[in-house]
Amino acid sequence: MARLIIDGQTVEINDGATILQAARKLNIKIPTLCYHPDQAVKANCRICVVEVEGQSRLVPACAYPVSDGMVVKTNSHRVRRARWNILELLFAHHSKDCLQCDRNGNCELQTIAQDMHFNRELRYTQAVRGKGRDLTSPCITNDPSKCIACNRCVYACSQIQTVFALSRENRGFDSVITPSYGRYLADTTCVGCGQCVQACPVGALTVHDDRDVVWNMIDDESKEVVAQVAPAVRITIAEALGEDPGVVSTGRLVTAMKRLGFDKVFDTDFSADLTIMEEGTEFIQRLTTGGTLPMITSCSPGWIKFCETYYADLLDHLSSCKSPQGMFGALIKEYYAPAQGKAPQDVCSVSIMPCTAKKFECKRPELGRNGYQDIDVVLTVQELARMIEQAGIDFKSLPETEFDDPFGLGSGAGEIFGATGGVMEAALRSVYEIVTKQELTDIDFHAVRGFEGIKEATIQVGDIPVKVAVAHGLGNARKVMDLIREGKADYHFIEIMACPGGCIGGGGNPIKNWAKMEHRFEAVYATDRALPVRKSHRNPVISKVYEEYLGEPGGHLAHELLHTHYVDRSSLLK
Amino acid sequence: MQETRIALRFVGKYDTASVSEYCALGGYGALRKALSMDKASLIGEVASSGLRGCGGAGFPTGRKWEMVSAAQGAQKYVVCNADEGEPATNKDRVIIAGDPHSLIEGMAIAGYAVGADMGYIYLRYEYPYLFPVLENAIADARNAGFLGSNIFGSGFSFDLKVVSGGGAYVCGEETALLESIEGKRGEPRFKPPYPGTEGLYGCPTLINNVETLVTVPSIVLNGGAWYASFGLGDHCGTKIFTLSGNLVNRGVFEYPRGTNLRQLIYEVGGGCPNGRQLLGVQTGGASGNIINGDMLDIPLDIDDCSAAGATFGAGDIMVFDDSKDVLEIVENLMEFFAHESCGKCTPCREGNARLLELIRKIRRGEGTMEDLDTLADLSETMMDCSLCGLGQASPSPVVSTLKNFRGAYLSMIEGGQR
Repeated sequence: MARLIIDGQTVEINDGATILQAARKLNIKIPTLCYHPDQAVKANCRICVVEVEGQSRLVPACAYPVSDGMVVKTNSHRVRRARWNILELLFAHHSKDCLQCDRNGNCELQTIAQDMHFNRELRYTQAVRGKGRDLTSPCITNDPSKCIACNRCVYACSQIQTVFALSRENRGFDSVITPSYGRYLADTTCVGCGQCVQACPVGALTVHDDRDVVWNMIDDESKEVVAQVAPAVRITIAEALGEDPGVVSTGRLVTAMKRLGFDKVFDTDFSADLTIMEEGTEFIQRLTTGGTLPMITSCSPGWIKFCETYYADLLDHLSSCKSPQGMFGALIKEYYAPAQGKAPQDVCSVSIMPCTAKKFECKRPELGRNGYQDIDVVLTVQELARMIEQAGIDFKSLPETEFDDPFGLGSGAGEIFGATGGVMEAALRSVYEIVTKQELTDIDFHAVRGFEGIKEATIQVGDIPVKVAVAHGLGNARKVMDLIREGKADYHFIEIMACPGGCIGGGGNPIKNWAKMEHRFEAVYATDRALPVRKSHRNPVISKVYEEYLGEPGGHLAHELLHTHYVDRSSLLK
Repeated sequence: MQETRIALRFVGKYDTASVSEYCALGGYGALRKALSMDKASLIGEVASSGLRGCGGAGFPTGRKWEMVSAAQGAQKYVVCNADEGEPATNKDRVIIAGDPHSLIEGMAIAGYAVGADMGYIYLRYEYPYLFPVLENAIADARNAGFLGSNIFGSGFSFDLKVVSGGGAYVCGEETALLESIEGKRGEPRFKPPYPGTEGLYGCPTLINNVETLVTVPSIVLNGGAWYASFGLGDHCGTKIFTLSGNLVNRGVFEYPRGTNLRQLIYEVGGGCPNGRQLLGVQTGGASGNIINGDMLDIPLDIDDCSAAGATFGAGDIMVFDDSKDVLEIVENLMEFFAHESCGKCTPCREGNARLLELIRKIRRGEGTMEDLDTLADLSETMMDCSLCGLGQASPSPVVSTLKNFRGAYLSMIEGGQR
């Protein structure tokens, strides 16, 4: 325990804590930029400097450890002057188009300028960093002119995700964070997960903006615009519009989308259930006929591209199932459109996703036929929230509306797809009953829930002890994949999600940290508990679609529409 | 003035390709003696010698050894900082070229003292011709049993590897150097933790400069008190000084600590050639203070230099004669720092370029009095807030000339375009 004095106030805190943590205990606000609560300390931006008695220089509060008897000043003349000077240096090398920036009003640099009431005329010539915007990625836009070189994105990409698509290049004033090896982002190992977007304190890394494509569809009277809404969206859209994390707003969301002009709003929970039918069937088949095991889930397009790039030798382990978005897209174009008497091209299929990588997935040639794609465009939660604000809709006061038929009903199993472990739990709920033909009474598989990086469990299914693992975040995925490659993984079934926390931690959500994630996580399971149907194979709409159209799970038509294949992208590593 | 050669004791005295010639001079006798001593008394001798790090920071060597020796860790390392990147410093090059075995011997002694069995020599990228010198000397020492396992049957094992520098000035900063050895981009780490507890690959690591390490064998052989006695007055031991710039005699010279700067410049350096007068002196390397001719009566040691507004650094003394434009010198130095800043922390990354921008503006005759204030203000923030020694020290030429050569700035502002 250390007892120290900050700005005249005494505080006690554990040894090993930082000055920043101690100051927060006293509700003293110290500005930070390179500091991120979910990352290791970098101490490079220096905006958090404070004065420590006995130290000749100012020290960064985010990194400097407390000690007993320490006396700290966070608001001396020396500190104020240093912070203004550092802020001035950053502004003089930062794009000034705040008003046209995606992060306007939600930018950490802006907030600090506001908090410090920085009103000095810059004493240096305005400079521009980098070589202009990189719009090559369908998922992420990189604008180096807004970069403040804090390295948070590099940490997220390299340390958390182990994707290594971003790096710092050049030295000194010219140093810039850029797609690795000076390539365009689209030509790197980037998987589009958007964790860099989530890490960026400013507008240097943002979600690729596809709002205009959707507005144009809505404006086009000749088109029917149909949307599917992913499980996580109802968990995070209210947060994106200024409400507390974890506020579930399913009904208001549907209302808002109808008012925006979507003709039909469907629930991706439905196709999550469909995924369970197909993936469960595939798993049982692999398990009983000696197929490649462990089988790994394929719902997360960031994970898929990661596997295709870094573990192309292990693609056989991936389930051949399309993601829920991919399955839904095929049904919209091949089942829904003809039922309406329309050509597939006249029904615009829009996905609302928590995920930036889905923007890449929807462009995969495997997800289309006859010259059209099953999903025309993907909007993230962030973009949808902007459209709602743009349209002047007061989200908070909206009445509730149900999802549209025929794809308006999803089970609790489909809903928990939004959190890490959810796909596994949903699969277990169905696989158990299908294999044993007995009812599963305790359907909460707590062992696969939670934020532990890699979770393991063994579930007795009939006479087979099924060993499962769940990994979220690609750094954890890499650990599991290395085990498989080394022949040391004795799992039967693995769920992998690209984003830490699963889809509720996806790159297209409002900017997150683990504290917010806790609330989102609780909201997912609360939603599951409240639903009347909590097992995918008990969803009556699922049974109907198989009866009327698809035939058997894993059958011929199901295979044609709901399954896919993968591409070796290991050449990206060369 | 007669030199006192301790660090330079064997430079030029033997064929570096012959370990037996080195042994004939008494070489590796210090290692043999050290291995017969207990570690505490060995470190005690180094501490009592008053030896301070010769790379620039001047940390007491004995205390550093004690800290690494006391640090917990199954694996420890000794790293020699031979990334002599300071413009106009050449002492480490001279030592390695002329006496590689004293460095090897010093490192082995250090390894024994702190409990390390492996050492790295991080050699400046621009010294490629010294690679074979070191590598051959290491191989010779290994063949002769001075490196490797169970040296002199003492049970102590130690080996060495030479690693190429990254070609960046910042890699001379000890934690950037460690990053570079680990194969990463050479960028400084935040301290604490210090390398003594978490250094190379996270293990306790002793990092010493070449000159520091080559001094060690003499101290072991003759005792700490013997070494300390060479300093003038209260000063301990000797220091190598690199004299450069507008001097009649330039080069690397070893003199007692406490030697008077003016004496060194005029009696050893021979003053400015061609009848020129001395305008100023930059002491302590590119990031050292620039002092004017009235300030030369300084005893050369760390604390005296900083008290007098000079910089001791690694003992660099660069003299400018009165044909030089002090603002041109400052511009040139700031170009260097703007180029060499690694870009990790804001004050150094942005600040050096901005100091350069303002100096250029003033030199163009477009400067204002406010620009002088900005130079001072920004410099202070850089020195106060930068992550490592580079940005903390790089404004020194600006700050010191604003004080010691203020007239040069004022004439450019008041006089406008030349």
